[in-house]
Amino acid sequence: MEKEAPSLDLILKGLWKENPVFVQLLGMCPLLAVSNSVKNALSMGLATTFVLVFSAALVSLLKRLIPKEVRMGCYILIIASFVTIAEYVMQAISLEIHRSLGAFTSLIVVNCIILGQAESFSSKHKLLPSVAHALGRGAGFSLAILCMGIIREVVGKGSFFEIPLFGEQYQAWTLLILPSGGFFVLALLLMLYETFSKESG
Amino acid sequence: MNTDSLGFIFLSSLLINNFVLSYFLGICPFLGVSGKLGRALKMGFAVTFVMLISSLSATLIHSLLVWLDALFLQLIAFILVIASVVQLVEMVIKKYSRALFESLGIFLPLITTNCAILGVALFQTAREYNLLQSLIFALGAGLGFTLALLIMAGLREQLGLAKVPNLIQGTALTLLVAGILSMSFMGFAGLGG
Repeated sequence: MEKEAPSLDLILKGLWKENPVFVQLLGMCPLLAVSNSVKNALSMGLATTFVLVFSAALVSLLKRLIPKEVRMGCYILIIASFVTIAEYVMQAISLEIHRSLGAFTSLIVVNCIILGQAESFSSKHKLLPSVAHALGRGAGFSLAILCMGIIREVVGKGSFFEIPLFGEQYQAWTLLILPSGGFFVLALLLMLYETFSKESG
Repeated sequence: MNTDSLGFIFLSSLLINNFVLSYFLGICPFLGVSGKLGRALKMGFAVTFVMLISSLSATLIHSLLVWLDALFLQLIAFILVIASVVQLVEMVIKKYSRALFESLGIFLPLITTNCAILGVALFQTAREYNLLQSLIFALGAGLGFTLALLIMAGLREQLGLAKVPNLIQGTALTLLVAGILSMSFMGFAGLGG
């Protein structure tokens, strides 16, 4: 969206250097729960980014009007409204995706990335930087959940976006699409991130 | 076994579909707090307590919203009520039992953002449980959370003494342990029959 240097910098920071998942370990629940296929992961990433960006925009516009004492309640209300919108939009686009995500669409409300964004950034910054920052963090979360989704679906089911990849002889490593696989893949990704970020910096 | 029977609901939310290990709800406290056995136990009981109360209020809200024909407000109503219930519980405990309040400490306010609590409210609504079933479901889920937290805390106390490679120290190691734990909980699937 914004192509100015400072905003772009904010976006890139959220995507890699201050990635909410790999560095701050936020938003673990949806990350582990709905990353068992690429499609689920992509829809979850998009929905979370949508809520993140719009709630950040609204919080930063309303920051003068929200009294300090009840700010948490106000933020949660704003976030819950956007999550409800996202849920209905998702239901309108594809009932199938809505069913496979189940209650986890509603659970975006308690994703700590979003509340953290509202509390520690949007409430102190102007509209444009808040949106850029939120966009970066949303992209960072989507990147992480997509990595998980791709690894888990390709190895665990032998398919990508439900298109079979390897032919019939492939013995799918089913463990990876089961709950425990989520923990293993995330551990692997954390180790990879650690290694790469040490080498580059 | 009948999937609507109380025993099945309890067993299923306690072991088979353990909230932490197979639904991934409440991962944050699971990874963050579970360093010490005593703290894990207290945290678990606090969560179970709040779960019971918020499950009760969620059932009431749901029937009120159905009556008002305003289901689109459900999520907003749930999260608001849970947040205020936690606050209320905190005040009541503070007033009547200073010792309990101090031992729970920071955990009580943190519970608001525990997704397991909202998860209980959402799941019980989606599965159309009645009041009694919801309470049993919440109790099972809370005890299941406590169980997972306790096992993890015990394992981590032991792991603290072990030598591990630098690369997997910290969160990665915890995640690997959680993965193995989750795999062993899969064995309970047979209980459902």
